[in-house]
Amino acid sequence: MTAFSAADVSLVERIAADLAHKPGPLLEVLHGVQHALGYVPADAVPVIARVLNLSRAEVHGVVTFYHHFRSTKPGRTIVQVCRAEACQSMNGAALEAHAKARLGVDYHGTTADGRYSLEPVYCLGNCALAPSVMIGDDIHGRVTPARFDALLEGEGA
Amino acid sequence: MTVTVYVPKDSSALSLGAEAVARAIEREAATRGEAVRLVRNGSRGLYFLEPMVEVMVAGERYAYGPVDVTDVPGLFDAGFLKGGSHPLGHGRTEAIPYLARQQRLTFARVGITDPASVADYLLHGGYVGLKNALAMAPSDIVKTVTDSGLRGRGGAAFPTGIKWKTVLDQPVEQKYVCCNADEGDSGTFSDRMIMEGDPFALIEGMTIAGLAVGATMGYIYARAEYPHACRALATAIDAARNANFLGDNIQGTGRRFDIEVRLGAGAYICGEETSMLESLEGKRGEVRAKPPLPAIEGLFGKPTVVNNVISLATVPVILAKGGEYYRDFGVGRSRGTLPLQLTGNLKRGGLVELAFGCSLRELLYDYAGGSATGRPLKAIQVGGPLGAYLPESQFDTVVDYEALAAIGALLGHGGIVAFDDTVDMAHMARYAMEFCATESCGKCTPCRIGSTRGQDVIADIKAGHRRDENLTLLNELLDTMQYGSLCGLGGMTPYPVRSALKHFPADFGPQRA
Ligand SMILES: Cc1cc2nc3c(=O)[nH]c(=O)nc-3n(C[C@H](O)[C@H](O)[C@H](O)COP(=O)(O)O)c2cc1C
Ligand code: SF4
Ligand code: FES
Repeated sequence: MTAFSAADVSLVERIAADLAHKPGPLLEVLHGVQHALGYVPADAVPVIARVLNLSRAEVHGVVTFYHHFRSTKPGRTIVQVCRAEACQSMNGAALEAHAKARLGVDYHGTTADGRYSLEPVYCLGNCALAPSVMIGDDIHGRVTPARFDALLEGEGA
Repeated sequence: MTVTVYVPKDSSALSLGAEAVARAIEREAATRGEAVRLVRNGSRGLYFLEPMVEVMVAGERYAYGPVDVTDVPGLFDAGFLKGGSHPLGHGRTEAIPYLARQQRLTFARVGITDPASVADYLLHGGYVGLKNALAMAPSDIVKTVTDSGLRGRGGAAFPTGIKWKTVLDQPVEQKYVCCNADEGDSGTFSDRMIMEGDPFALIEGMTIAGLAVGATMGYIYARAEYPHACRALATAIDAARNANFLGDNIQGTGRRFDIEVRLGAGAYICGEETSMLESLEGKRGEVRAKPPLPAIEGLFGKPTVVNNVISLATVPVILAKGGEYYRDFGVGRSRGTLPLQLTGNLKRGGLVELAFGCSLRELLYDYAGGSATGRPLKAIQVGGPLGAYLPESQFDTVVDYEALAAIGALLGHGGIVAFDDTVDMAHMARYAMEFCATESCGKCTPCRIGSTRGQDVIADIKAGHRRDENLTLLNELLDTMQYGSLCGLGGMTPYPVRSALKHFPADFGPQRA
């Protein structure tokens, strides 16, 4: 894993300082850091705590509470497969199994080439066109295993 | 002459390639030298026809769908810009039976207007409610909402006017309006459709709420899983501010209200209102004990209106047309209309807004056309992951809060998920426990531990291990969760589990003769 550089520290400081004036800014800051770095590194926690005048434990507690915040570096693209009921009703389980097999990782895993991280998601609000996946920021409906493969090809996999 | 063509920018339309279709139409028009004005509208909610392209011809809109990129040249050849006939054509959009039979009040403009344009919103009846509200005393606004009979559409169905009155009555300077846009229930997307298709309705509703209770700041707590909705909201809020519908001097009246969007972070429990408030304050989304009610001590300890997107987006039509107008729709104590979301294994999934009182069967068969797979429907889950499973014998139940409660079910946020006869209901019951375990905020034991234990017990029952003892154990566990949990996650997970057990015992392994 790459070290947390002085540049990273100042980036995190700047993100936190820019949002510090807002009421209850911590989630906003974590979103900002994750947006910039792809995750919230453990080394960012004390920096955020210092700028926002919170304890490290408070910041760490918030990072770990939410599924969305990651403490480890993700693959270049995050692939989210919906596990919720409406997608299950359209054989989402087969799609989940296919996605794991195709990428060769389980949920929360990252492919060896660092291209993809696979994550479960509980509803993407696309329940009339199940089953659904989200690749990066792009949502896809009525995804069959074959279409899943085609979508990854489109991503250049 | 320039022709207006509509291609939705709604997430579900995008999920089937609407973006590529929009680009293809632009390209094809340029190649052929046709003048086309492309509007990126919301979805009409006929998801089985998405991507659904519409063309304005002599003041009427004509629909074509589902359109694939490869269909685009053929559509031009068929003269679709003049409403020409084509195998994908459906004639006048308004005449499509799925749409024509609906009663759209909250969704009156969704799919029709340009969600980024204040001018278009005004042209279609927008901001009439706010105009009326600006001329009314706060207590009269609250009374209008109370008279309408509107009950919270987020799930708990609490009368909105009564909640607002509590906040209005607090003699405190700083108050807040918080919109719950955390829409986490499987089988729901109506909040998303409003945010993407008619965000000004939500903005107007929140502004009216602010005037009614004396709040000058509003927050929208939106899901990280809805990036398109967040972008559409941000665009609309900027547009409203530029047009003086938000800010320090709304329409020159000296009244103040502004809105900020805050992003959640993938926690289902943050849809529970007190957890949402904790999250908005930048903390772990742990549920607060009630009392105090958020209406008395809410965001940052101040009196706070917490309402769902649909509740708030319904306020403008109530203020525009009056409480009685809205109340005249519906049955019993369920007044007005409900945007129902028909999802899962259905042939024609989509959004259907109707007055309360229609039957589930009508929705499942007349609108949705039965299962997508062509197999018999075995069960539906109504009201999200904490809602009960209903067997076919209960499909004649009508959409009405009290009618659903009478059969041990709930209406929740209006989502219906359909399953065909291949579904294993013991699996779905176990999944309900798994979901509860995954999403528990961890504050109380029955929810945190009970849901993990429950998964094992259901697996054991299914496997036939000491079946009777384990069934007794499961029932005790469900009682403990139902009566010993602080909030609805632990407290209502027993609904899907119990209903699955009750209506589909055969799925839970062989019974003793
Ligand atoms: C576990 C749980 C999850 C909930 N999720 C949501 C949600 O995603 N959206 C929502 O509006 N209400 C949700 N609610 C209901 C809220 O607590 C609250 O009742 C609602 O936001 C109030 O707004 P309304 O009166 O306009 O419905 C949830 C409740 C529970 C117990
Ligand atoms: S029931 Fe579950 S989610 Fe609700 S407060 Fe208790 S532990 Fe948290
Ligand atoms: S259940 Fe998968 S998108 Fe809603």
